[in-house]
Amino acid sequence: MAWLLLLLPLLSAAANHLFLKRNAFLASMLSVGSVVATFVISLLLLGATDSYAFTWASLPEPVGNLSISLKLDQLATGMMIVVTGIGMLVHIFSLAYMADDSAKARYFTCLSLFMFSMTGIVLAGNFIMTFMFWELVGLSSYLLIGHWYEKNSAADAAKKAFLVNRIGDFGFMVGILLLFGITGTFIFDEMGAKLAAFESAYPGCYPCLLGTAILCVFCGAVGKSAQLPLHVWLPDAMEGPTPVSALIHAATMVAAGVYMLYRVHLSLGVEVFTETMAGEVIAWVGGLTALAAALMATQQDDIKRILAYSTLSQLGYMVMATGLGGGDAGMFHLFTHAWFKALLFLGSGAVIYACHHQQNIWKMGGLLKKMPITGITFFLGFLALIAVPFTSGFFSKEAILHAAEGNPPLFWIAVAVAVLTPFYMTRLFVVTFLGSPSSDDADHAKEVSPLMFVPLVLLAVLAVIAGYKGINTLAPALPAHAGEFHVNPLFWISLGALLAGSIPAFIIYSGRTKDPLSIPLFRERFYLDAIYDKVFVRGIQDGGAALIHFFDEFLINGVLVGGSTRLVQSVGGLFRRAQNGNLQAYAFAFGLGVIAVIYFTVFWK
Amino acid sequence: MLLALLLIPLLAFAAILSGSKARTAATIAAGLNLVLGLAAALSFALSDSSRLWNFSVDVLQRPHIQLSLELFDGMSVIMLLLSVIVTFAAVFSGKAPDGREKLYYGSSLLISAGAIGAFLSTDLFFFYAFHELALIPTFLMIGMLGRGDRKAIAWKITIYLGFGSLVLLAGLVWLASAFGTFSIPAMLEQGPLADASAQKSIAAFLILGFGILVSLFPFHSWAAPAYASAPAPTAMLHAGVLKKFGLYGLLRLAVPLLPDGLSAWLVPLCVLLLGNIVWVGLVTISQKRLDGMLGNSSVMHMGYIFLGIAALAAPGLNEIALPAAVLLMFAHGISIAMLFGLADRIERVTGTLDLQKLGGLAKSAPALAFLFGLVGMASIGLPGLANFAGEVMIFIASFVNYDPAAGLGPVQITCIIAISGVVISAVYMLRAYRSIFQGPAVDCTRKAADLTLSDRIPAVLLAVTLLAVGIFPNLLLSLLK
Repeated sequence: MAWLLLLLPLLSAAANHLFLKRNAFLASMLSVGSVVATFVISLLLLGATDSYAFTWASLPEPVGNLSISLKLDQLATGMMIVVTGIGMLVHIFSLAYMADDSAKARYFTCLSLFMFSMTGIVLAGNFIMTFMFWELVGLSSYLLIGHWYEKNSAADAAKKAFLVNRIGDFGFMVGILLLFGITGTFIFDEMGAKLAAFESAYPGCYPCLLGTAILCVFCGAVGKSAQLPLHVWLPDAMEGPTPVSALIHAATMVAAGVYMLYRVHLSLGVEVFTETMAGEVIAWVGGLTALAAALMATQQDDIKRILAYSTLSQLGYMVMATGLGGGDAGMFHLFTHAWFKALLFLGSGAVIYACHHQQNIWKMGGLLKKMPITGITFFLGFLALIAVPFTSGFFSKEAILHAAEGNPPLFWIAVAVAVLTPFYMTRLFVVTFLGSPSSDDADHAKEVSPLMFVPLVLLAVLAVIAGYKGINTLAPALPAHAGEFHVNPLFWISLGALLAGSIPAFIIYSGRTKDPLSIPLFRERFYLDAIYDKVFVRGIQDGGAALIHFFDEFLINGVLVGGSTRLVQSVGGLFRRAQNGNLQAYAFAFGLGVIAVIYFTVFWK
Repeated sequence: MLLALLLIPLLAFAAILSGSKARTAATIAAGLNLVLGLAAALSFALSDSSRLWNFSVDVLQRPHIQLSLELFDGMSVIMLLLSVIVTFAAVFSGKAPDGREKLYYGSSLLISAGAIGAFLSTDLFFFYAFHELALIPTFLMIGMLGRGDRKAIAWKITIYLGFGSLVLLAGLVWLASAFGTFSIPAMLEQGPLADASAQKSIAAFLILGFGILVSLFPFHSWAAPAYASAPAPTAMLHAGVLKKFGLYGLLRLAVPLLPDGLSAWLVPLCVLLLGNIVWVGLVTISQKRLDGMLGNSSVMHMGYIFLGIAALAAPGLNEIALPAAVLLMFAHGISIAMLFGLADRIERVTGTLDLQKLGGLAKSAPALAFLFGLVGMASIGLPGLANFAGEVMIFIASFVNYDPAAGLGPVQITCIIAISGVVISAVYMLRAYRSIFQGPAVDCTRKAADLTLSDRIPAVLLAVTLLAVGIFPNLLLSLLK
């Protein structure tokens, strides 16, 4: 049955592409059917522990078989609930959202391909399989961001996402190979024991080498989970259809980095984070990403981009906790965040749909009255994201803060993020849903159809309750005391942060029609995108490559190797004149000559 | 029976010269060879009776030279498969300029016959001679039917490859005299050459000679202009099949017979192969035309196969590098042939390969866009397609003999730098795809015709091969056991 999780979406993608290109309705039904089936199977498999393997490549020792192997445990099956659950709701939402799209069949084909690839990462039992599906997820993300490829901006964003991810994957592959060099295996279940043996054999090089390997592996997570400095692709990825942003660029694919780190945590032991420098570096990357992205979010005007920066920031939280050894807290936050962030993205999709593809929040306003269901569900997601007590986000954010308590600088960074999050989200909510409509598009907005609001309602329920004991057993991993409520100093700090962020934002933004604050540094995202464009795209990619091309032409081709060619050519020119430049004849003479040379060398021996 | 694989294209060539319809004759011959090649591989995989396929006849008594064709091992069989598959695709998808059909299809058949002969020969003389036979029509096709400055380019490739062949010839003659035989099986039976200094010198000749034929950095600058100029079937056959001769030769001869010689040149080899991957990779990024980009990318990817050879050359037993390298040779051959075939198609429907002049072609030619996207992804190592299987196995092979206590050796360091190529190749391939197929349509692409069903046959054949080997690499690995 576990194989069906992988095969159903693959078959649906293949069938859609091969047979149903011209039948968008059947294609979408097939994709929806396959994702519903995988969701049911995931529910049935929840908590199972088992493994299945299919030999992909049989190599000689010492590597042996490389397998496509499914590893079921709490982490994998819990994650499958998130992936297929949100996947299912997003598929249903898409039926309405993409109803008029001319390439609907292709859209659903790619969604199925994505479900296949993501399932592969979640169930992978070894690193090679993780890497394979890691790349396939990158491909499906590329295809979906570039769904409207006739638009230059969409095509560029898709390309950027793939390339930036590839930079991370370069490190990831090196890390996997180093771990293979250390442990001699790719299989998660065997790595822990092999690592212990390695530690006792080479105590001296253990922390340094292992730390390097883990950091290289982390590069993969930096790409997929869009951490600094590779975060630049995620905001651009909002060029894709909004349901895609909800599924891939908020809830599942971008969480894959955190998931993979926690898989490393489980199979190699928490010591790989706590006893090498890798953990510290990972935690700082996460913490700084959380802070920087939250600052950027305060000055964006595009509703999806605000949510995208918010996603970056929350992913930073998860990465930080994982680096500090609190991977269970990170996974708990991943679990709750998935529901409420998918809700917020789908809600923004409903808003964008209702406002005729208007995405600027300053052109919206007053939407709560126009679209009450969307507005109220969005409000619930908003409460969960800013961690209002008794919502799911509150419990998991407390777990993150708790995990950071041992590291004061990071703890206070996390608290600062907890102030900024309610600030930018209150700004978003107040400007979009309260006040009065500030454009015709917003004025004419109508509530969306049931096909779109039913998923919103379901997600809103989960956004509120997913953190509680009992329901949170669906989560891939849980820290101790998850979902319990205690009035302790941490509670007061969280509450203080919440009020310190939301009240000023409410005062500043309520009733405004344009942004009274202007902080270019945040608006321009610390100028990082511009610097990257100058240094990497224009500088290295164009300038450096052109320079090397120049050298290739003139140095190697012209002087070093070409010099000897020209010498031969000028000698050859004599013959050529003798032969009237008849290339055909020359070529035959050349062939015969060579054969003659061999013959005589041999014969005269 | 293996003789038939040679005779069929040669007979078809004769038929074409004597006035048969060139395209029909060539397609039938290529189709027959495809069936025969598959049958040979199947019988090799399934039974011991593959000896029945072998053919041998004495040509000279003293020295003893035989025309001996054998399914010698899995490597020969895989190269044979590569040859017949690519030949069929090349003959089928090409379109001869009016009035030049004889030359166009006849040359393709000769190149194919030469390549098949070289891969099946177990006698050093014919191993070499068949490759030379295949080079001549390659030069002819570029010189007479090429694009751009065809005369100069034909000269350049002739001189480069002629020089490479001569260096190689010297090395092979030395090798034959050191072993006292021309028979490759007899050499392999004797095992590695005892004389260490002779090993080192012969290895230098072979690395240089074979290396030039495979466009090893810095002897690569013939390849890109030659492929850009060559008619599509020639580019497909040379880049896809014939160029593998050099790699095949190194794996067949240098690795088992000159292990110490190769490892003496390990560090220079590593430096040169990084030249292929990083240097030529950056050159590829700067290309403004699709044909130049593909030509350079094929040079770049040779670096990974050389990395497999370097892993074999490094001290310590490495049983993974050989199957990995053979797998990648096969995958690269299929994918580069498909890329050149589709590039030719793009040029035929839009009139240009200038990346800046194209755009939005996916709208008018979705099948072409899909197939090009698929093979583009294959060539940048997307899992599920054949090239990834080969590349990842080569990376693994580089780390098989890694000793953590001793630190990273030259092969591991080279491998780590080489992996940066996955970024480089993604940059140029996605950029090309972006400029050709995505964005708004332009004048030359708006009305472009898509592939018809029969146009799709060769591309689909190659695509299915890439998928099959990518998903089930054991199909080929089991032949290499």
